[in-house]
This record gives sequence, structure tokens and C-alpha cells, in this order.
Amino acid sequence: MREVIIIGSGPAGFTAGIYTARAGLNPLLIASSVEPGGELMKTTEVENYPGFPAGLQGPELMAAFQEQAERFGTEVLLDDVIEVSLKGDVKVVKTGGGETFEAKTIILATGAAYRELGLPKEKEFSGYGVSWCATCDGFFFREKTIAVIGGGDSAMEEAIFLTRFASKVYLIHRRDSFKASKIMQERALNNPKIEVIWNTEVAELLGETRLTGIKMRNTVNGSEKDLELDGLFIAIGNDPRVWLVENQVELTPEKFIKVEGRSSKTSIPGVFAAGDVIDPTYRQAITAAGSGCVAALDAEHYLQDVN
Amino acid sequence: MSAKNVTTSSFQEDVLSSDKPVVVDFWAEWCGPCRMVSPILDEIAAEHSDKITIVKVNVDEEPGLAQQYGITSIPAMYVFQNAEVSKVIIGAKPKPALLEDLKSYIA
Repeated sequence: MREVIIIGSGPAGFTAGIYTARAGLNPLLIASSVEPGGELMKTTEVENYPGFPAGLQGPELMAAFQEQAERFGTEVLLDDVIEVSLKGDVKVVKTGGGETFEAKTIILATGAAYRELGLPKEKEFSGYGVSWCATCDGFFFREKTIAVIGGGDSAMEEAIFLTRFASKVYLIHRRDSFKASKIMQERALNNPKIEVIWNTEVAELLGETRLTGIKMRNTVNGSEKDLELDGLFIAIGNDPRVWLVENQVELTPEKFIKVEGRSSKTSIPGVFAAGDVIDPTYRQAITAAGSGCVAALDAEHYLQDVN
Repeated sequence: MSAKNVTTSSFQEDVLSSDKPVVVDFWAEWCGPCRMVSPILDEIAAEHSDKITIVKVNVDEEPGLAQQYGITSIPAMYVFQNAEVSKVIIGAKPKPALLEDLKSYIA
């Protein structure tokens, strides 16, 4: 039986790995078989992570996190957790690769996944003109006309990134102002290839076997207009990945894992949570890393009490 | 990566003329999920070598092939059978999911 199993491999998971490893707890970190590294794997320049004045690439930063966690003995397993049993003194974790692990404590750091628009044909067109990852798919839209939906930093970043390939990028937002940071807003608004369409949402995805455009709806007066597009990138936020545990730990009304105050303690003793899966508000790499440390320390104190 | 690298000039022989179904794995160096999926495909190929073949196409090196097959997202796995596209799998998936997708070819 292990002292601690960490589920998740973003900044929260690896920081928890660093701290629990250094506490001599021999953590097992289950990282995902095809998507380890969390949200930063899909970004390019990370300029706001403290300690890196020159900035660095998202994947580079995550490689450094992993290296540091492994340096102190974190065992990283590239597999997917498909089932957990959290109540009682023995927590059980099952993976898609067919393994079963037992542990005294679990740290849930599963993060959040991209939000969909929730429109018909959205899933069908995924990979056929609809994407949630500019760095992944932008390459295929050279000299094309595309749109990015969203108003936060991610949407700004995606739109700016896509101007490297596309000939035209529409930035479509349902309100009349962005909530992105000032610096990112300015970069997007000053980019000659980006045209902002305010007060607009996507009413419909158009096309037969692949996306050919969208029907836009004005959120102020309800008027509709079609827009021909080769690609649509959706950047409207992320939903916490709670499906593994939602019937076991208590969730907040917004469906994040509920933790006690500023700790990482969930409603089940011995189970801790960190990162975007608990945080609807801040969702930064640095806040996730901070909460991963909190979870590691909470797990360590819990183990000292039970052992 | 141990699967054979296929180019425009070898496509006819390596893919279209094959007597077994061929899974063409479209990938790129800069595509993280592609690099995660490749070893999984290699394992599947090794385990079912009598039933299917897996080959790789680097979209940076072979943009013509990528465009010909309408690739707009990678990883993209196209299953060719009798010189035609028989199935398309888009996006990185864990091994159990890929085995399920390829079930009719490896059964």
C-alpha cells in the first residue's frame, strides 16, 4: 500500500509530487497516457510564471516540473485513472492499463477540460474545422480564414498565435469588452490580421461533412448573420474534471471539488484536491502549483496523524 | 518510433498496395499528443502484426499528403483497406480506446 497517489500531471500534480517525494512519502503520480502535462502543454510562450524572466515554452516548463518531481523520487506512470474508491482507510485506484493501486491518501489534481459550445455538429466537426487548441491545429490553416470564440486570455493568445498561419482571424465575443489582461487585449486589438466582432455568439455551425462557416447571433438585438470560415477555435473556458469522483467527494454548486477553507481537504478524510479542479477563479499555473504544495503538506500531516 | 516512415513516393507501395489494412499515423515533431500516441500504435502493431500494419507520415515533410487527405488536426490515424480510406480516428486516445476503434481490423 502506498502513502500517497497523485492523480494529475499539471503544475498542481507535479508540485505535490516534489513536496511529497521530499517528505519521504514515495509518491506515485498517474499522469495520463496521452495527455500528460496539463493545460500548459497547449500554450507556447509562458511569460507570467514567476522565476522565468525571459519566459519559456509551456511544454518546456512542464518538462522541468516533471524533472524536478522525478529528481526527488516521484514515480510517474503514463496511464489513465478510470475508477477510484475513496472512502475508508484504503483508497483504491484503477487504471485503463489494467493496474490497481492502494494508498492511504489521494491527491486529486485532474484539472479542467475545454468547454464546448454545446451546439449540434460540434463533436462531429471536431478535427474537421472545429478545434479547441490553436497550437495543435493552427498549422493546418495556413492562408485560411478562421475565427476564435472567447474573451479571456486564452482566446487572445489563441487568436494572436493563429495569425502566424491564417490570413484572417475573427475574434468573436458575446460581450462588448474582453476580460483578458490588458497586455493581451492590446496585443490582440493591435494585430492587423485580427478583426473583433463584439456582442456576438455562435448560433449554429454550418457545413455538411466539415465546417464551412457559422451563423452568428447578436446578443444585443438578436439579429443573425452567416460568416464563412475554414476553421473555428473555441476558447470559452474550462470545466473541472470531476467525473471520477463526483459521486464520492462533495462538489461546490459550480461543480468544482469542494475544499475546506484554504486547505486542500475534501469531504473525505485522506483525500485532497488541488489546481484547476478546485479553482473557478484564478486558474493560473502558479496558483495551481501553490495549491499542489498545500495538498502535499496536508497529506503529509494527515499521514503523520494516522501512522 | 519504429513504424515505417512513408512518403509521397512510397505511398502507393506502402499503403495503397498493401494486402493488409494499413493504419497511417499522421504526426509532427511539434505535436505532443502525436508523440504520446506513437509508441501506443507501435505496441498495437507489434501485438497484431499478422492483421494490420502501421506506418507514419510526417506532415511537415509531406504537406502534399496531409492536404490530399484533408488533415486539419493531428494526430490523425487513417485506416486504409484495399487502397481506400476505411476509417478515420482523430485525436490522441489511450490504448484501450484505440484497440476498440481498430477492433474490426484486428479481431
